[in-house]
Amino acid sequence: MVVQTPNGFNLDTSGKRIVVDPVTRIEGHMRCEVNVDDEGYIRNAVSTGTMWRGLEVILKGRDPRDAWAFTERICGVCTGTHALTSVRAVEDALGITIPENANSIRNIMQLNLEIHDHIVHFYHLHALDWVNPVNALRADPKATSELQQAVSPSHPLSSPGYFRDVQNRLKQFVESGQLGLFKNGYWDNPAYLLPPEADLMATTHYLEALDLQKEVVKIHTIFGGKNPHPNWLVGGVPCPINVHSTGAVGAINMERLNHVSSIIDKCIEFNKNVYLPDVVAIGGFYKNWLYGGGLSSQSVLAYGDIPENANDFSPEQLHLPRGAIINGDLTTVHDVDVRDPEQIQEFVDHSWYEYAEKGKGLHPWDGETQAKFELGPNLKGTRTNIEEIDEGAKYSWIKAPRWRGNAMEVGPLARYIVGYAKGHEDITEQVTGLLRTMDLPVEALFSTLGRTAARALEAEYCGRLQKHFFDKLVTNIKNGDESTANVAKWDPKTWPKEAKGVGMTEAPRGALGHWVRIKDGRIENYQCVVPTTWNGSPRDSQGNIGAFEASLMNTKMERPEEPVEILRTLHSFDPCLACSTHVMSPDGDELTTVKIR
Amino acid sequence: MAAIETFYDVMRRQGITRRSFMKYCSLTASALGLGPAFVPKIAHAMETKPRTPVIWVHGLECTCCSESFIRSAHPLAKDVVLSMISLDYDDTLMAAAGHQAEAALEDTIEKYKGNYILAVEGNPPLNEDGMYCIIGGKPFVEQLRHAAEHAKAIISWGACASYGCVQAAKPNPTRATPVHKVIIDKPIIKVPGCPPIAEVMTGVITYMLTFDRLPELDRQGRPAMFYGQRIHDKCYRRPHFDAGQFVEAWDDDNARKGYCLYKMGCKGPTTYNACSTVRWNEGVSFPIQSGHGCIGCSEDGFWDQGSFYNRVTDLTQFGVEKNADQVGMAAAGVVGAGVAVHAAVSALKAAQKKSQSQPSKEEV
Repeated sequence: MVVQTPNGFNLDTSGKRIVVDPVTRIEGHMRCEVNVDDEGYIRNAVSTGTMWRGLEVILKGRDPRDAWAFTERICGVCTGTHALTSVRAVEDALGITIPENANSIRNIMQLNLEIHDHIVHFYHLHALDWVNPVNALRADPKATSELQQAVSPSHPLSSPGYFRDVQNRLKQFVESGQLGLFKNGYWDNPAYLLPPEADLMATTHYLEALDLQKEVVKIHTIFGGKNPHPNWLVGGVPCPINVHSTGAVGAINMERLNHVSSIIDKCIEFNKNVYLPDVVAIGGFYKNWLYGGGLSSQSVLAYGDIPENANDFSPEQLHLPRGAIINGDLTTVHDVDVRDPEQIQEFVDHSWYEYAEKGKGLHPWDGETQAKFELGPNLKGTRTNIEEIDEGAKYSWIKAPRWRGNAMEVGPLARYIVGYAKGHEDITEQVTGLLRTMDLPVEALFSTLGRTAARALEAEYCGRLQKHFFDKLVTNIKNGDESTANVAKWDPKTWPKEAKGVGMTEAPRGALGHWVRIKDGRIENYQCVVPTTWNGSPRDSQGNIGAFEASLMNTKMERPEEPVEILRTLHSFDPCLACSTHVMSPDGDELTTVKIR
Repeated sequence: MAAIETFYDVMRRQGITRRSFMKYCSLTASALGLGPAFVPKIAHAMETKPRTPVIWVHGLECTCCSESFIRSAHPLAKDVVLSMISLDYDDTLMAAAGHQAEAALEDTIEKYKGNYILAVEGNPPLNEDGMYCIIGGKPFVEQLRHAAEHAKAIISWGACASYGCVQAAKPNPTRATPVHKVIIDKPIIKVPGCPPIAEVMTGVITYMLTFDRLPELDRQGRPAMFYGQRIHDKCYRRPHFDAGQFVEAWDDDNARKGYCLYKMGCKGPTTYNACSTVRWNEGVSFPIQSGHGCIGCSEDGFWDQGSFYNRVTDLTQFGVEKNADQVGMAAAGVVGAGVAVHAAVSALKAAQKKSQSQPSKEEV
């Protein structure tokens, strides 16, 4: 039987059911089930978030100034972005403004995360969907060197000897019989299309990127003391600046600034010489594989981020754009108001939670949820041994957020579509340049490959923005402003009895919002709606499928028992399940055990 | 299937010279705080020991431990994964998924019974029949028990696996439970921290491979070499503490001079970790050096000890807090005498605290 969803997808469950659990090379835990027809096309897709931690329950009754540390632990991959969102939410609630230097430093840290996360995602989580390291053994190192010099003439590591060394190391690794992380990979699957030389080049860069990423994060270490999980501060940033006087060694001084500057340059170099050329080169071999568009051609959402000036979140002041596009109409970019109870609502009809009123959507400030793990009548297996899930009932730990009732895609591609539709100068230039280089029409953006390419373009753009804010920071210091924190409202005695606020960022994976209510100096309610909640959302009360599910529809699988294509498309979203599935607002009975400290 | 090859074999086959190999051994020795006499011993171990298979499972967690692990500078993460261990299952990094991933796990357990290390990141929730964390359609706790059964030893990475961490903070809605309360018949090394320092993680693994034994553990099960002393004991800002020079407000003149963060809530005085010595990300900095107090992330239950900005209160019984204020006021006058007395008192009280607090934590 074929059922059409309100958002236009024809679901047919008659074909063979394929289960992928665990979905690997993601953050957290996720399951995916699809039905495949006789020709190998996916005709029904079901994505399940398979973990829940209940952090909002834990936040209730805590000091709002501590919330950044708790929410930062939502995710160690996009580390810092939840903390930034949290301090913004608390500052919004309490009317705290931050100094200009704090804005620049926060932006540098957030941009640094975007760059780091995009690089690690592409090389260490996503690349093996396109690149076959075993096939790299057949490469001619000399031809690989020529390929490298053709795609990226300024990358210094390109000699035949260099590639031969890597190939030898790889050869001996494979021949040892201990394949480690490559064990049971799908290396003879015809879905892999790269010639051996491209495989060797990309596998080499897998290793180069692994070395590089530990350098990239040192910007977090300098400003925040460590990475993963640097430190933040309500009212500014914790690191003081002292470039002139006694004690400068205990603060951000000239040596620290030089260190930051050199890392910014390294990021720019790598993106220019390695990451972008690799995406273009690899993408060139897959440019006829344009599956995976899903919701991207109809409904995308971005909150915007990277404010040019401190405390100003108006859309025209944001370097990453804000807006929503629905019904595939790129001529109209709607403004997004995260405070409007009619715009963002979460549904739980197919999620393992329950509302007092069934079928209703709730705005995060008024979130009302209780965990309820129950499986549908068409389940195959048992309660603790799920063989095939019943998507007609509740089937995920992820809620279903909707923007004005629409299932939305968020992330780098969503940001780039919004930016392109709005005529954002840098973004438009990058997008048209890439499409021209690859000789592809604009429709090619709405695909798995488009998602992966947008992420690479964004890393490059963020590299330039990082430099912009570094220069701005130095200029401001030069002008005599060394301030990094506003402590006027640090003391809870200065706070109103009740307050509510919202913080927004563009996390690497997309639009992220935290909604907080504060009462008597303590957190009364805390809600997060995170990128993978949007993208990984299950069906809603109307039957609309979420972005992951939509993206898998009608994809051809070369070998249905080997989920290469499913992984390829799911990974293009960079799923982050620990982020998406912690959501629960504090209505459960367990809360009686929370004590105000 | 070829026999498990030695670490030295692998390095040589990868074109690493004998000379470079010996240099590596000596760097390892110094990284572990061992003298030159240990270099030949490490070399011998590397030449004769097989590459150890590692199974790395993930429960309720945020993946910060994996992220930290790949930040390791000495040894590099790529060298650990390609040459030192055989990472046969790790759902965050492995190529295979679904059935093929599960098959890799089964295959490794079967082939290397009693010879693999189980690394656990995160912890199992026990409420709702364990279904707050599902792997392969089943509760994660089943995978954990299954993989633990034939493991040689277990490493509990980070605060989650060691103590429960954020999801186990009150009221712990999922009943997230640390590994040692679920697996009780295996040697478990706790490597706490949120996350642990990268080089501490690779240091622990390297130690086990090199000496073929567990590191010396303290009474809480942590490697004594990295968790034997408080951050406060080795903090470069300790002289400011002793001199009564404190940051009084964020971004004040004292903050810009790098004074002690004790009054801003720094938990360095009660936190056992290597942050002030090894430091973070190749020694670039650590929280205190970057202006924020330590939040105590390697201590059991650190989420439930009051605000991160409250002063360490359980030191008051030893008079340290009182001393800090008094010495702070007296500092302008007779610095020398105050420092000497205060330092002596702190050292004595620290010793008392250590001996008093540890047994109670054991009972948890």
